Amino acid sequence: MSNPFSLVDKTILVTGASSGIGKATAIECSKMGAKMVITGRNELRLQETMQLLEGEGHQMIVADLTKEDDLNSIAEQCPLIEGLVNNAGSTIMVPTQFISREKLQQVLEVNTIAPILLTQIFVKKKKIAKGASIVFTDSISGVKIASPGNVLYSTSKSAIYGFVKNAALDLAGKKIRVNAVCPGMIDTHILDDVSVTSEDIEADVKKYPLKRYGKPEEVAYAIIYFLSDASAFTTGSSLVIDGGFTLQ
Amino acid sequence: MELKEFFENFAEVMDLDDANSLSENTEFKELEEWSSLSALGLMAMIDEQYGVSLTAADIRGSKTIGDIIEKIKSHSNE
Repeated sequence: MSNPFSLVDKTILVTGASSGIGKATAIECSKMGAKMVITGRNELRLQETMQLLEGEGHQMIVADLTKEDDLNSIAEQCPLIEGLVNNAGSTIMVPTQFISREKLQQVLEVNTIAPILLTQIFVKKKKIAKGASIVFTDSISGVKIASPGNVLYSTSKSAIYGFVKNAALDLAGKKIRVNAVCPGMIDTHILDDVSVTSEDIEADVKKYPLKRYGKPEEVAYAIIYFLSDASAFTTGSSLVIDGGFTLQ
Repeated sequence: MELKEFFENFAEVMDLDDANSLSENTEFKELEEWSSLSALGLMAMIDEQYGVSLTAADIRGSKTIGDIIEKIKSHSNE
């Protein structure tokens, strides 16, 4: 049976694969037949993801994407890839008047600068194959909506929105496609450390027309679409996956 | 810690016009202006002005402004 979403014969690099959307993406891609290269900072948690991958021939690289040497080292250790998922991300919740250079830099380094430079390095070093697909985990936060305390995250993710469209145009000549997924709130641990209570979350969930947060796999499936040949004519696009949140 | 100054900082974070309405007995979460952003602002202000990193749980576990002041003092002594 033919499957246009198959990832057989594709090697795919996923950053931030030790948790959340990155972990789900690595697992689901492996189920679609891909050979995975996964990276993350935490070796133990990365190993956990590694053990959950289906099939064989996967590789893990422990790396800190905010370090220039680590970016180069990923490109050196990685075989030629047909897919790159720039997923690693983090946030510092802070109101505008308490932004500091340090906090701004910290969020931009992980969410904006690292994925842009990783993309640049892979293209420059010809580690990304002709016809390959690059997918960014972007967000509805920034270009579509704003929310309290989210100013740094929104700023970093809006930059990605712009980068995706421009890189898609620049790399079209190499037949490399660049797309993004823009999730709404997904059940991950990214919000564990901030000042939300379970009542806050319950109230927030009610704002979603589908009355729940998304699951990491539900973002992974969209990423699989962009990685697969099913989306061969799609580039520069940003797919909103938010349970209808931004319809209102 | 200068109490008057703390109340002024608190009022600034909460966008309150008048810091004089605040006291150690003020139940801050009952204030009309309180929001999830206030909690973040409070944590950021305390970190910046007093060098103490309170957690969301610290804020959740506090009822009055006095409770917050106690938490800042106990963290400062660590």
